[in-house]
Amino acid sequence: MDIKKGIIDGDRIALAKLITMAEDGKKEAMDIIKELYHRTGNAYLIGITGPPGVGKSTLTAKLARAYSGLGKKIGIIACDPTSPYTGGAILGDRIRMQELFTDPNIFIRSMGSRGHLGGLSRGTRVAVRIMDIFGMDYIFIETVGVGQSEVEIADTADTTIMVLAPGLGDDIQAMKAGIMEIGDIFVVNKADREGAEKTAREIDTMLDFNEKSTWRPKVIMTVAQDNKGINDVLHAIEEHMKYIKDSGIFASKRKEHIKEEILELATQNIMSEIMTGLSKEELLGIVDKVAKREIDPYSASIDIIKPIKGGIQK
Amino acid sequence: MDRPIRVLVAKPGLDGHDRGAKVIARAFRDAGMEVIYTGLRQTPEQIVEAAIQEDVDVVALSILSGAHNTLLPKVVQLLKEKGAGDKLVVGGGVIPPDDIPYLKSQGIAEIFTPGTPTSESIEFIKSHVRVEA
Ligand code: B12
Ligand SMILES: Nc1nc2c(ncn2[C@@H]2O[C@H](COP(=O)(O)OP(=O)(O)OP(=O)(O)O)[C@@H](O)[C@H]2O)c(=O)[nH]1
Ligand SMILES: [Mg+2]
Repeated sequence: MDIKKGIIDGDRIALAKLITMAEDGKKEAMDIIKELYHRTGNAYLIGITGPPGVGKSTLTAKLARAYSGLGKKIGIIACDPTSPYTGGAILGDRIRMQELFTDPNIFIRSMGSRGHLGGLSRGTRVAVRIMDIFGMDYIFIETVGVGQSEVEIADTADTTIMVLAPGLGDDIQAMKAGIMEIGDIFVVNKADREGAEKTAREIDTMLDFNEKSTWRPKVIMTVAQDNKGINDVLHAIEEHMKYIKDSGIFASKRKEHIKEEILELATQNIMSEIMTGLSKEELLGIVDKVAKREIDPYSASIDIIKPIKGGIQK
Repeated sequence: MDRPIRVLVAKPGLDGHDRGAKVIARAFRDAGMEVIYTGLRQTPEQIVEAAIQEDVDVVALSILSGAHNTLLPKVVQLLKEKGAGDKLVVGGGVIPPDDIPYLKSQGIAEIFTPGTPTSESIEFIKSHVRVEA
């Protein structure tokens, strides 16, 4: 099948296949994306993050459905952790998105993190570009669930929504450093449960100490499973979009994200170049020498990159 | 580069028995596969759309309701209609041995009934899906 033509013609099978090939790092995929890269930049990227189980997938589903109702085309990328021991993963975010499966405006892709740290999957960024080329108006990216330092989503999305739930009191305290800064919008989901208002107030108070920009994040209460508060979140997204676009932050933010992307790709390229130029035996040999203290790891690390100093042949 | 086999584990029809599907999902994960689990009560249309969007190599259907003779062939037929007939379709659950030949004639590659060790279905999938490097 002609994948490139399929992508241009809006064929969903081509879209699905191109994402697979790109996720697997196939050269044919990268060639197609390079040729069509000029078509990217039109989709608005929304990050959905927060601790495990707070309702990220449920909220994403409701927001996507609301946008679909407005005639928008939506891509969803849902990331879940890959087991570092087996390389396997259970990707379960779709359970909460069943109602969207047959919506012709919506395309959902689940991704295992495949060893990538930072809260997204190895192929998330490239999948975003592909969906953008395909013509999605909005792309939602659900992270694997933040712990302490996974702030990569803020380097990818235009608007980042931090989802929390009542009863996470201590967690919220612990998350203060780093994590709280990445939310452009805060959602307290499961507002049908006791303590939601208290949680919302705590977040509000914390945000008062956090005046890093002129944008004051909104705190919105939702009951995602009952579709309550969804329109408020949608309005907050649109408001934040308008704010960053009017203030010029949008353009500078996107440049910053492109910079991050280039550097990440460069790092990957260098790593893969090192690994192709170095057999397992050679590497083990070097490790042995260091273990015997014949050489030191600092010099060894310089030695193994020597062959690529002349530049990477692509 | 070695990539994991991607499998959709789905439960077609009005069938609330999900223990087997969950056991299978975990076993496939532990065998190094990426398992997309979609939950209970899926229509064949929903299953096929999910299989296409996720670009899975395998569609694994778990069914204990007795409606296997209609629902499983329907999934295969829809996959073909939508241009996704290249996927391996396997089934499992409470399915009488007498029905298995019919299901196989309809394009379900293999059926795994209660008591079959999960290692058998894993072996079957690994030997029937070729994930090229
Ligand atoms: C536990 C159970 C329930 C539980 C389910 C709990 C749950 N969340 O799963 C409850 C009590 C809710 C229940 C309810 C009903 N049940 Co019931 N239930 C069972 C029972 C006793 C065991 C099923 C089970 O969990 N086994 C353990 C799991 C791990 O095994 P498994 O599902 O078979 O899966 C294994 C293999 O089959 C295979 N496998 C399964 N799927 C797949 C998929 C793939 C791709 C592969 C490779 C392998 C594979 O691998 C698994 C691991 O080895 C069976 C009888 C039986 N012995 O099977 C009846 C049985 C399935 N139930 C039956 C019935 C009729 C019902 C009810 C309609 C009863 C009623 N009148 O209300 C309701 C319907 C519920 C609904 N909404 O659909 C009938 C079905 C008859 C039929 N098919 O013709 C059975 C067979 C009992 C009987 N002999 O009559 N049930
Ligand atoms: N009470 C209540 N439960 C909810 C609400 N929204 C979602 N849930 C439930 O919370 C559980 C987790 O929801 P998900 O949407 O899967 O949460 P998640 O954050 O995506 O979870 P992970 O991806 O596993 O981190 C499910 O059982 C939902 O049905 C809500 O507003 N109120
Ligand atoms: Mg989720």
